[in-house]
Amino acid sequence: MGLLIRLCGISAILFVMGILLFIVREAAPVVVSGRVSLVQFLTRPEWFPTSEVHRRYGALAMIAGTFSVTGLAMLMAVPFGLGAALYLSEFCPPRPKEVLKIVMELLAAIPSVVWGFIGLTVLSRIIVTLTGAPVGVNMLNGALVLALMSVPIIVSIAEDALKAVPDSYREAALALGATRWQVTWRVLLPAARHGLLAAVLLGVGRGVGETMAVLMTTGHAVQMPRSVLDSVRTLTANIAAELGEAPAGSDHYRVLFLTGVLLMVITLAINVTADLIVRGVKRS
Amino acid sequence: MIPPDDLAIETRGLNLWYGSFQALRNVNLRIRRGIITALIGPSGCGKTTLLRCFNRINERDPNVRTTGEVRILGHEIHGPHVALEELRRHVGMVFQRPNPLPLSVYENVVFGLRVHCSAGALTRDELDAAVESALTEVGLWRDLRDRLDRRATDLQLEQQQKLCIARLLPLKPELILMDEPCSALDVEGTHAIEELMFSLRERYTIVIVTHNMAQARRASDECVFMLLGELVEHRRTADLFLAPSDPRTAEYIEGRYG
Repeated sequence: MGLLIRLCGISAILFVMGILLFIVREAAPVVVSGRVSLVQFLTRPEWFPTSEVHRRYGALAMIAGTFSVTGLAMLMAVPFGLGAALYLSEFCPPRPKEVLKIVMELLAAIPSVVWGFIGLTVLSRIIVTLTGAPVGVNMLNGALVLALMSVPIIVSIAEDALKAVPDSYREAALALGATRWQVTWRVLLPAARHGLLAAVLLGVGRGVGETMAVLMTTGHAVQMPRSVLDSVRTLTANIAAELGEAPAGSDHYRVLFLTGVLLMVITLAINVTADLIVRGVKRS
Repeated sequence: MIPPDDLAIETRGLNLWYGSFQALRNVNLRIRRGIITALIGPSGCGKTTLLRCFNRINERDPNVRTTGEVRILGHEIHGPHVALEELRRHVGMVFQRPNPLPLSVYENVVFGLRVHCSAGALTRDELDAAVESALTEVGLWRDLRDRLDRRATDLQLEQQQKLCIARLLPLKPELILMDEPCSALDVEGTHAIEELMFSLRERYTIVIVTHNMAQARRASDECVFMLLGELVEHRRTADLFLAPSDPRTAEYIEGRYG
C-alpha cells in the first residue's frame, strides 16, 4: 500500500520525464543528422514543409505569431485581470464577491474550443465591422480570445496574492489616514508584487500553450505579422494542424516534434520562473 | 468638572453593536488632555472596542453600528462633513501586535506625510528632518540612523513597536491611542515603551488599553474601569486602586475575576 501511494506521488515526475524524453527522441534525428539546422529553424520565417523543390523548415514566423498573440493578449488581460482581482479582494462587498468568484470559475471552465467558436463567429464579425479588416480571424481576434481565457487564471492567483497580505498592514495604513486607494498603491501592490507577477506569468504560460482557440481564431497564415489585423499562425496551432498530415518519421514530422520541444522549453521556463518568484515570497 | 478646553475626548450615550451583540452600553466618558488614561477591565468588556471608536477604525467591520456622540477636542467625529483621513491624522493609533508596513524604516516614518501631503509639497530635506526627529523622540535614532533603508518588518519587536509610535509623530497628532501596545513584548520591551509613554505625555494625550493592572497602575494618570460594555468607574489611578468606589471595581483589582 505504501509503495502504491509513493508511486502515485512520484508519477508526475515520471510522466514529465517520459513526455520530454519522447518528444526529444522523435525530434532529435532530424537535427543530429544535420538535415535541418537548429539555427535555421529558429531564425528563418520560411515554412514550406511539403514543397517538392523548395522545402524549408523555418519557425520564426510562428514563434513571432505565438509571442505577438500572447503579448497582445496580455496587454489586455493583465490590467483587466489585476483590476478585477483588486476589486474582488479590496473593494467588493462580501456577497457580490461570492457570486463573482463563482462566475469567474465558470469562465475558467469554458472549453477552449467553445472560445474558438465565439472568436470565429462573433468576434470576427465585430472586428471586420469595426476595423474594416479583410478577414476577421487574425492576431487581434486570437489575442482577444486568449485574453478572455487568461483573465480567470490571473484573477484567481492575483486575488490569492492580495488576500495573503496581512490585514494588519491595511489597518496600519488606514489608521495613519490613508485612503483605500493609497493603501492599495502604497502598501498592497508592493507587498503582493511577487504573487501578482506570478499571476501574470502563469497567464502568459496559458497563452503560449493554448492551441485550439488560437487555431480557430488567428487565421492560420504563416507570415511575419506586421499589424494586429494580420492573420498569424502560432507554434501550437501549427502542430495541431499539420501533425496529422505529416508521414510518421519524415523530416516534417520530426520538425513538428522539434516545435513541441521548443514549446515545452518556453512554458517550462515561464512556470519555473513563476514558481521561483512565489517561493521567494514565502521565504521573505 | 473639567473645563471644556481641557477635554480631549468626550462621549455621550455611546452604544455600539457588532451585528446583534451590544458591545458598548451608554458610555459617557470625559478624557482629559495631556495625560495618560488607561482603559482596564476583563477581556470582552469593550475597552478595545471603545478605543477603536475614537478614530473610527472599527467601521472597517461592516457589521458595526454605533449610536451616540463622540467628540474629539470638541468636534463631533460622526458628522457628515468629517473626513476620516483628517480625523486619523489627528488621532494616531498603536496596535497590539507591532505592525510596521512592509517598507523601509524611512518610508514607515514618512508614510503619514506622504499620504497627507501632495507629492511635490515635501522636499527631501523636510522628510529627512522628520525622520530624524521622530526616531530621536522614540529613542531609535542612534540604533537605526545607518539602517534607514532596512525593511521595518525585520527589526526586533520592541524596535518595531517604537517605530509604530514614531511614524505617528510627523503628523503631529493630538491623541495617541494604544491598544495593549506591550502585549507582544518582553519585560524590557514593556519597560521601554512605558518610558516612552512618559516622555510623550503632556505633548500628546495618550489613551492606553491594557489588561495588565500593574501596568495601568504604573503608567497612567487616570483609569477607566469597564465591565460588560459599561463604564463602571473613572478616577485618578491612585484613587481607583487604593479606594475603588464601586464594589465591582474592587473585586476586579483584587483579582476575583478577569
